[in-house]
Amino acid sequence: MLRLPDFTYIRPKSLKEAGRLLAELGPEAMAVAGGTDLYPKMKRGQFTPRYLVSLRFLPELRGIRPGSKEGMWIGAGETLTVVAKNPAVNKRFPALAHAAGSVSTPALRNMGTIGGNVFVDTRCNYYDQTFFWRQAAGFCMKKDGDICLVAPKSKSCLAVFSSDTAPVLCSLGAVALLAGPDGLRKLPFEQIYRDDGMHFVTKRDDELLRAILIPRAAFGQRNVYLKLRRRGSFDFPVLGVAAAMALDREGICRSARVVLTAVASAPVVVEEASRLLEGKKVSREMIEAVAEAAAKVSHPVDNVDLDYWYRKRMTRVYVKRALAELTGLKLETEKVPQEPVKDEKGP
Amino acid sequence: MREKKFSVIGKPLRKVDALAKSTGDTRYADDLELSRMLYGKLLRSPLPHARIRGIKTDRAAKLKGVYAVITGADLPERFGIMPSTQDEEALAGEKVRHVGDPVAAVAASSEAVAEESLKLIEVDYEPLKPILSIEEALACTEESERIHAWNRRANIQKAVSFEFGDVVQGFAQADQIFEDTFFFQGNAHLPMEQHCALAQYGPEDKLTIWSSTQTPHYLHRALSKVLKLPMSRIRVIAAPVGGGFGGKSDPFSHEMCASKLAMITGRPVKFTLTREETFYVHRGRHPVKMWIRTGVKNDGTLQAMHFRSFLDGGGYSSYGLATVYYTGALQTVSYKLPVYKFEGVRVFTNKPPCGPKRGHGTPQPRFALEVHLDKIADKLGIDPVELRLKQLVEPDSITVNGLRVSTTGLRECIEKAAARAEWKKKFHQLPYGRGIGFAASAYISGAGLPIYWNGMPHSGVQIRLDRGGGITVFCGSTDIGQGSDSILAYVVAEEFGVDPADIRVVTADTDLTPVDLGSYSSRVTVMTGNAAIQACRKLKEMLFQVAGEALEVPVDDLEMAEGKVRSQSYPKRAISFAECVEKAETKFGTLGATGSYSPPKYPANYKGSGVGLTPAYSYSASIVELSCDPETAEIKVEKVWIAHDCGRAFNPLLVEGQSEGSVYMALGEALMEEQVFRKNGLHKFPSILDYKSPTTLETPEIETILIETNDPEGPYGAKEAGQGFLLPVIPAVANALFDAIGVRIDELPITPDKVLRALEGRLKPVSVPSFDFPPPIKWRPGEGVEVPQKS
Repeated sequence: MLRLPDFTYIRPKSLKEAGRLLAELGPEAMAVAGGTDLYPKMKRGQFTPRYLVSLRFLPELRGIRPGSKEGMWIGAGETLTVVAKNPAVNKRFPALAHAAGSVSTPALRNMGTIGGNVFVDTRCNYYDQTFFWRQAAGFCMKKDGDICLVAPKSKSCLAVFSSDTAPVLCSLGAVALLAGPDGLRKLPFEQIYRDDGMHFVTKRDDELLRAILIPRAAFGQRNVYLKLRRRGSFDFPVLGVAAAMALDREGICRSARVVLTAVASAPVVVEEASRLLEGKKVSREMIEAVAEAAAKVSHPVDNVDLDYWYRKRMTRVYVKRALAELTGLKLETEKVPQEPVKDEKGP
Repeated sequence: MREKKFSVIGKPLRKVDALAKSTGDTRYADDLELSRMLYGKLLRSPLPHARIRGIKTDRAAKLKGVYAVITGADLPERFGIMPSTQDEEALAGEKVRHVGDPVAAVAASSEAVAEESLKLIEVDYEPLKPILSIEEALACTEESERIHAWNRRANIQKAVSFEFGDVVQGFAQADQIFEDTFFFQGNAHLPMEQHCALAQYGPEDKLTIWSSTQTPHYLHRALSKVLKLPMSRIRVIAAPVGGGFGGKSDPFSHEMCASKLAMITGRPVKFTLTREETFYVHRGRHPVKMWIRTGVKNDGTLQAMHFRSFLDGGGYSSYGLATVYYTGALQTVSYKLPVYKFEGVRVFTNKPPCGPKRGHGTPQPRFALEVHLDKIADKLGIDPVELRLKQLVEPDSITVNGLRVSTTGLRECIEKAAARAEWKKKFHQLPYGRGIGFAASAYISGAGLPIYWNGMPHSGVQIRLDRGGGITVFCGSTDIGQGSDSILAYVVAEEFGVDPADIRVVTADTDLTPVDLGSYSSRVTVMTGNAAIQACRKLKEMLFQVAGEALEVPVDDLEMAEGKVRSQSYPKRAISFAECVEKAETKFGTLGATGSYSPPKYPANYKGSGVGLTPAYSYSASIVELSCDPETAEIKVEKVWIAHDCGRAFNPLLVEGQSEGSVYMALGEALMEEQVFRKNGLHKFPSILDYKSPTTLETPEIETILIETNDPEGPYGAKEAGQGFLLPVIPAVANALFDAIGVRIDELPITPDKVLRALEGRLKPVSVPSFDFPPPIKWRPGEGVEVPQKS
């Protein structure tokens, strides 16, 4: 079998100590919480840390406080299972519960944390391979090489952002609480990511995610997450659509946000959604227009499961369906160009 | 003996190994640990096609913890499962033929050290142009472009051609002629257990190997050849196999290397493949392109068929010689076909070798045939179920290609499946986006001929009776999870009238058990069952004799039941089985008996007639109901009905288990699984996460309908119940999709992007290469003589 290489496992007692250890040990160290992504990657030689600093037992990262003054506070160390099953999360943010509950498999959700999922490494089927395979293929720039094998002319890495929970958090305007050497810093999730498969997180290396704060402003918003993948379990998203919308009593849209995942190296905010929908009573035509706009900014490439042509096509369908679900508008199923043969004969 | 009711056969009993497996007690090959054991690793080629200029192993050999390093020079003898295509090497000597082809092996104190040492081996490769598709292989006919040197035409492993009846006349009699092309993509077995072998070489110069193999006897022969040790010095034990599906039926490099390294180091050596390596070892489903042309009367009666198949074999022959024949053999055994022409070719490509996977070479043509018939039915305006029912092969008949059909329950399979699924109510009647599809099939219950030509039994069973009434059954058969150990216990329990739990079954150990050819071609129940019955009946004769004397009852009034030997007329006149054994041993001496089985003789005698022969054909019919979202083209299979003629269900629970496993596997092949490669010959995703195989969530409700035809050749009438179920499900999916949304997908797997393209009229038909097939071997029924023939 593939063996886990030797490493030193360190279990600090506090978040502060963890931060200090990571700073001291430098690039040879990595933080580990659930380890569900990290350990397999160590076996395949994608990550080669000498030290692992465990965040798993830190009390500061625990707890879900549904009604704190600023909003809902979710400890970064809570497992995906806990987040997916939490009653308050389910009541206010079913999109988040669904996203967390759709990550991988039940066993891995019992180990994997929400903090781990928002920063889960970008994926690419030239990169998520063993050392043997990557050596045979010729290494890529994300690990051990200097070119992108998906698009050799590309200057940056095209690995795919594959978090399910991050697009939902972006759509809800959630904020990351980052613990650094100088204390806590707040950074909206929308600003944390960068469309670069190698450096997709803008937070500093000496900062650790302590918690996620979903602001009170998001409390009344309708929200939904739709995920495209081949199977009902195991699979990472190959397209995800998170949508959140505030409707007032007259049914006027007060805020609308649509965020895509797995179609670039970072979550993609569909700016047109806010522009087209806010201040208006949402119609079918508007939904179609937003879906069209989303498809324009969706740029899947051929490096994860399912045809990229298909994934781009599905962006429009999934956005349409997400907005239909939020507004309760019934959409007509797309007309199929070809007349079905059985209709010719008729029943 | 009078007919009596079964006491064990037909009951939903627990498998004999069920508790051990569910409690984790079963020790698979990788669970075995021996003292002083070393760990082996193979260095595999990163190139798809290259000449080896040299290998330097001295740095690796000097690494602390490394005990031995071997290369092709240490194991030069070639091997392979088929005697006439021995083209594999334990370690590549002159050249590598696919990414993952092994070139060197090490034995070290730990897996980590072994892995580390591989990095120190330097191989000097001269890259050669890789051939990665059927078309490329057929086009690369220059001597310089050869993958192998031994075959006659460059890159053609085997080309075959048959003509049964007058094809020109057959097509001339047809009212209409239909033509289609299909592609069945390759896919992998994906058993949960990765291959493992542990070898030990003792001071008496005897080798013992425990391996996760489906064919210990063939491994025994191959090891003897490669290691140059007499078979009498080699003991092969098949450890409990954690899933085979055909993927553990070849002799493998890691088995040879574990043995050789054990001989060199004097220590036990274990190799356990990684998941990635199993994709390189492969032997999975062949990618096959197919062309089919059929002449029919306006009422749908088949007049003539011409079928061509093009198999992508990968880098080695493996079972390919048989596979190419299998893609043409069984088209004739389900529907009456008066004239049939078949041409097939298997090419070498620089990809992992393909081999047998559940259905071996028949799911591909079955997919083509059943979708083709569905199209014909649609164009003629005939219900596809009716089209089949009007021309089913009759029982006790001989097909146009000389295959003998004994019993067939296909009519009952089709009628019952159609009734249970409410076919008439649903076909063409479901709303757009939901559809129902039908297909039928046939499969063999064991290959009629062994892999290597010999006149010995295909299966042997030995039974020993203990003074305490204990019964031990010895047989070379290999339980790969299908339940063959249980089958032996059921048969012997049925014969001796005892509880199967009281029987000890010792299997798959070449030192202890008589030869059984292995767990392939759905042969085990029929062959071991018959052999076991024969052995039991020899012993029963002795037991009845002493019981008759003791009870003063005529022998023909005696029966064995409820742990007793008793009078059928006066059941109270009885002695216990144990007491009877004691008396018999007193009279006859130590009690033991053997039984064996060889398949019957066959009607055809043309060259190539050996493939497709079997003691009995199983039949299956399947109906699939699915929904397809017309916007996303995502397919959800709602329900699968599967009716299967298994002759007799020894244990309906086990048969249903095989049915459900087959349906699950079929849905994976139909909808998502594909063994695909990049331009550099690298498998695109050799991992269990990225190679998409369905989960329980994608598995629909499955309704299994068992049909019992009580075949005269089968033990208690049984036929196969392991592979046949898979066959009709795949075309039924494709046919159901057409009923749902009106598009045909003629290339597997049926993925959403293909469906969407088809909906937009942008899916291209499958292209089929042109090839100059050899002149056909012509044969007509009645021309043969009643002798088995070497294939």
